[in-house]
Amino acid sequence: MHKFSFLDLARNALSGHRDWKPFWRDAAPRERYDAIIVGGGGHGLATAYYLAKNHGIRNVAVLEKGWIGGGNTGRNTTIVRSNYLWNESGALYEHALKLWEGLNEELGINLMFSQRGVLNLAHNLGDVRESRRRVEANRLNGIDAEWLTPEQVKAFCPIVDISPTARYPVMGATLQRRGGTARHDTVAWGYARAADALGVDIIQNCEVTGILREDGRVKGVRTTRGTIHADKVGIVAAGHSSVLAAMADIRLPIQSHPLQALVSEPMKPIHPCVLMSNAVHVYVSQSDKGELVVGAGIDSYNSYSQRGSFHIIEHQMAALIELFPIFSRVRLMRTWAGIVDVCPDASPIIAKMPLRGLYLNGGWGTGGFKATPGSGWVFAHTIAHDAPHPLNAAYSLERFTTGALIDEHGAAAVAH
Amino acid sequence: MLKIRCPWCGPREEIEFSYGGQAHVAYPRDPASVSDADWAQYLFMRDNPKGVFLERWMHGQGCRRWFNAARHTVTHEIYGTYKPGENPPEVPA
Repeated sequence: MHKFSFLDLARNALSGHRDWKPFWRDAAPRERYDAIIVGGGGHGLATAYYLAKNHGIRNVAVLEKGWIGGGNTGRNTTIVRSNYLWNESGALYEHALKLWEGLNEELGINLMFSQRGVLNLAHNLGDVRESRRRVEANRLNGIDAEWLTPEQVKAFCPIVDISPTARYPVMGATLQRRGGTARHDTVAWGYARAADALGVDIIQNCEVTGILREDGRVKGVRTTRGTIHADKVGIVAAGHSSVLAAMADIRLPIQSHPLQALVSEPMKPIHPCVLMSNAVHVYVSQSDKGELVVGAGIDSYNSYSQRGSFHIIEHQMAALIELFPIFSRVRLMRTWAGIVDVCPDASPIIAKMPLRGLYLNGGWGTGGFKATPGSGWVFAHTIAHDAPHPLNAAYSLERFTTGALIDEHGAAAVAH
Repeated sequence: MLKIRCPWCGPREEIEFSYGGQAHVAYPRDPASVSDADWAQYLFMRDNPKGVFLERWMHGQGCRRWFNAARHTVTHEIYGTYKPGENPPEVPA
């Protein structure tokens, strides 16, 4: 894999940056692979990369119906953290965070991973109790977590309004200092580049239209670029999880909703961390370009349209101004939506499906980006060994029958 | 924003309504004899079509009554709303 360097940059500057090589080959589909990954977002590409790197399975195709980084990978609000409540979630998200901490070197690319700290504000006694409990639960699981008083919140993030006369006064916050943001497109590009270097075929503009079955097991997929055979197929299609599972007559506990986000005009650095508030209902950070990146709640109705209703944005802006009166005259630059696949317990399904050779990694809902490396790591293991990794054993489809749900609505940071 | 026709009150803005998910999911007739797998179907498993969806809405800021709608999940076009017990409207194939 090509290694970037300062010398490299200087040499390419001399030729007007016209000689940079593409990050990955534009592969055409072959007739047969050892494994097919449906979905070329961060999770799918990470899965392919770890299949090749950790398990030596390199004859792999990643099928993407659009272009790499064009789905939810390029639509999220780029937040990375691991301060979830339950043991199962703590272990999975913390594994991901540890991978993030070495990912620049691993992928040989600058992901602009910035551990600037994530604040989760508490605005009422219920919030305070839940937050302090989560801090203790995190510490027991070896995850860094602190409880801050309102004054400490003000010291960490000076622009937030902590006045006791606020409609929703800040009564404290949890802080995960190792949390932060990463540049989301580069995560997809980095994994695509690294997977390609290990022999993985990345095939864009290739939509899966059917799943081939024979004698109760998977035989491959039908696509808009022809039939492709494989004995193992992994679905990592986020908002379209249910559509793909339905091709194998599998019903999921997942509903697809639009999740909107927006950015402001660029400004000089003013907001030093990631700030989330469940009760006032907003999450916001400032990108390196200077835009405020603001996330909203999901639109209530099922949709596959990648757009939502405007009253959601209005609600979001009201919440933002409540916490940051300083932003009252900031102008919005653009809004968009991604389709998120929401599970009833706000936790994903990373598991073998009832059809042999078929695997699904979905239901991440509104918070999948932070888990990208860990998700790919455990899903690759699940596909390679036809059995879950210890970290994702609890994330089965059967938990909805046994009742062993992993209820993370509290740690999902804002109610969706 | 969607414009939704409440079968009792007429067309209103989406913000007056709350969403209730898939319509016509019937409570088991004999709950005591339902298996765990069937409870999972009733409680958690849902259709999630990319296309026409029969779904429930509640006119929370109006008459506070539940009703059903046939809506397309890509175009958001609502082909019709109907009261509980009525049949769904004809939708284009």
